[in-house]
Amino acid sequence: MAIKKFIVGSFDDEAVLFPAVRSVRRSGYRIYDIFTPFPIHGLDKAMGLRDTSLHTAGFIYGITGTATAVGGISWVFTYDWPLNIGGKPHFSLPAWIPITFELTVLFASVGMFLTFCYLCQMAPFVKKDHFNLRSTDDLFVMALECTDKTNEAEAVTFLQSLGAKDVKVDRRETRWWLGRYDRETKMFGMKESEAVV
Amino acid sequence: MALLRYESQVRAPLVEDNKDYHFVTEDICRPVEARPTRLWWIGFLFSVALLCFGIVSVTMEVIYGVNQWNLNKTVGWGWDITNFVWWIGIGHAGTLISAILLLFRQGWRTGVNRAAEAMTIFAVMCAGQFPIWHMGRVWMAFFVLPYPNTRGPVWPNFNSALLWDVFAISTYFTVSLLFWYSGLLPDLATLRDRARLKWRKFFYGLAAFGWTGSTKHWQRFEALALVLAGLSTPLVLSVHTIVSFDFATSVVPGWHTTIFPPYFVAGAIFSGFAMVQTLLVVTRKVLGLEEYITIEHIDVMNKIIVLTGSIVGIAYLTELFIAWYGANQYEGFAFMQNRLNLDSPYGWAYWIMMGCNVLSPQIFWVRKMRRNLLVTFFMSILVNIGMWFERFVIIVTSVYRDYLPSAWSTYYRPTIWEVGFYMGTFGLFFTCYFLFAKFFPVVAAAEIKHLLKKSGENYKLRMNELEDESVEAFVERHGHDHGA
Repeated sequence: MAIKKFIVGSFDDEAVLFPAVRSVRRSGYRIYDIFTPFPIHGLDKAMGLRDTSLHTAGFIYGITGTATAVGGISWVFTYDWPLNIGGKPHFSLPAWIPITFELTVLFASVGMFLTFCYLCQMAPFVKKDHFNLRSTDDLFVMALECTDKTNEAEAVTFLQSLGAKDVKVDRRETRWWLGRYDRETKMFGMKESEAVV
Repeated sequence: MALLRYESQVRAPLVEDNKDYHFVTEDICRPVEARPTRLWWIGFLFSVALLCFGIVSVTMEVIYGVNQWNLNKTVGWGWDITNFVWWIGIGHAGTLISAILLLFRQGWRTGVNRAAEAMTIFAVMCAGQFPIWHMGRVWMAFFVLPYPNTRGPVWPNFNSALLWDVFAISTYFTVSLLFWYSGLLPDLATLRDRARLKWRKFFYGLAAFGWTGSTKHWQRFEALALVLAGLSTPLVLSVHTIVSFDFATSVVPGWHTTIFPPYFVAGAIFSGFAMVQTLLVVTRKVLGLEEYITIEHIDVMNKIIVLTGSIVGIAYLTELFIAWYGANQYEGFAFMQNRLNLDSPYGWAYWIMMGCNVLSPQIFWVRKMRRNLLVTFFMSILVNIGMWFERFVIIVTSVYRDYLPSAWSTYYRPTIWEVGFYMGTFGLFFTCYFLFAKFFPVVAAAEIKHLLKKSGENYKLRMNELEDESVEAFVERHGHDHGA
């Protein structure tokens, strides 16, 4: 349902990719995404992506863990069931440090991982269209989004002139859908005749 | 242009040979995509057999009770807790490599981190078995968790070191698993996209969570990895600290010492690196990954072994010194009579520990020995034996003869079911490791590709080209590309 038209080209060298990103942005084309086999430092900045806020989320989860541990243990040991342990004070904060620390780490890690999966829309049985299978092997695959005004032939030549290989116009699904990788070739919302094999 | 790069005279490149990205993919995926070898089958089936022996042993214990073990009045913790601490310790090297060395920006961790992290997870799984089955009525194991119940509610004692352990170990397992799995996602996607067979497409498609390699996803991925590393670093130190609290917060002479937390952590890293060496010396050979897990890696890890082994040695000597200097007759007896004295019933165990942990690793001061695979393999086994005896010495020699001579126990020796349980955890560990080595990429391919830009022959060739260029041409080409 969210099938769009893209100009897709591949690069095999970062030294070519970076100037190409700059030229594409300067010439007014919209970069939909660049798929790479490994993290390329600085590419997010070059593409104009903003920093991720995942750290902040992690901090909030961590604080939640701390509060849960301190709050829970104090409630149990001072109010719900105050145990006399060798005559020591009921509110014995130093003895709670280990569990408080562990819960802080646990909440932060699990929360961050789930948030990461949510933001990237990743889960088992989630399928996505990713333009070129070699982008998880050795190619950096750039996709430009076409609008009604885009002159496709011109865009293809432009991308080629920047050093991209196998440049072509492609119709691709942009959203995720549930499916299995060993089954259908048809994209979500696509007619069978439109399937990209 | 001669000053463009600095080529270290001391450190060898981390990836050997001239490789491009596709080459790396091929090399690392080949063992996963090939049929299992005869050697793999032999190792795997042997591990499964050991695992079955372990299952039988545990079943005996569950049916007939903990008296199937030779624990007695004073030795209430014997092989089981020894094995627990030993396995937990082994796990620590994986987290050290993946988290602490990531924060310290140690490039060499890349070749070995995946296998070491997997080792951590399997080792923690094995460790967890011991306290759980030692409970006897194991179907009540969930009583250790604080949950609202109809018995009061009765809560666990949050001031107890044993409950801290429950939280520490379960958190450690969960965080290690998440760290390892999130790092695996891109490599699983690589395998998925290369898959030809149907079951591979299904399995790796499921496991890769729909990873595409989008730049935004990589950005989040790196943020996640960095924060998880930052969280794991204090976590790994806390876990063995808390394990040592099991002993240190008690009043038993020989356990009640403040040196335990750092001493346990150093010992854990020591034994963990030994286990990493045992696994990787074999893995790199069998899977043909010698160019990724190089002699340089083995060398660096042997340096850590000699360092941590010596720290452990200092801790042993400090303990002895304090036992003498503290002039507490019970503590003095525990150290001088129960341990140091070779004529005492367990004196031999103390000296095996000293020999294997403190004396033998000193051989790694010699570079030639550090880079010898046979010596490394032999030493790694020796260190693990020594570290097992360290825990045995700490646990058994502190409790078998205590304040009251009339209560001194008879000589504690394990039954076949205690030994079988320990062997069973080896079965569990190696079964998991063999499956991992067959179905998952043993080396982190995406990270190696990232490393290729900075190390290896490929990098050198590219830099040579650049150095031939005139300064003006170089600035023209690379002036604004953020050093990529």
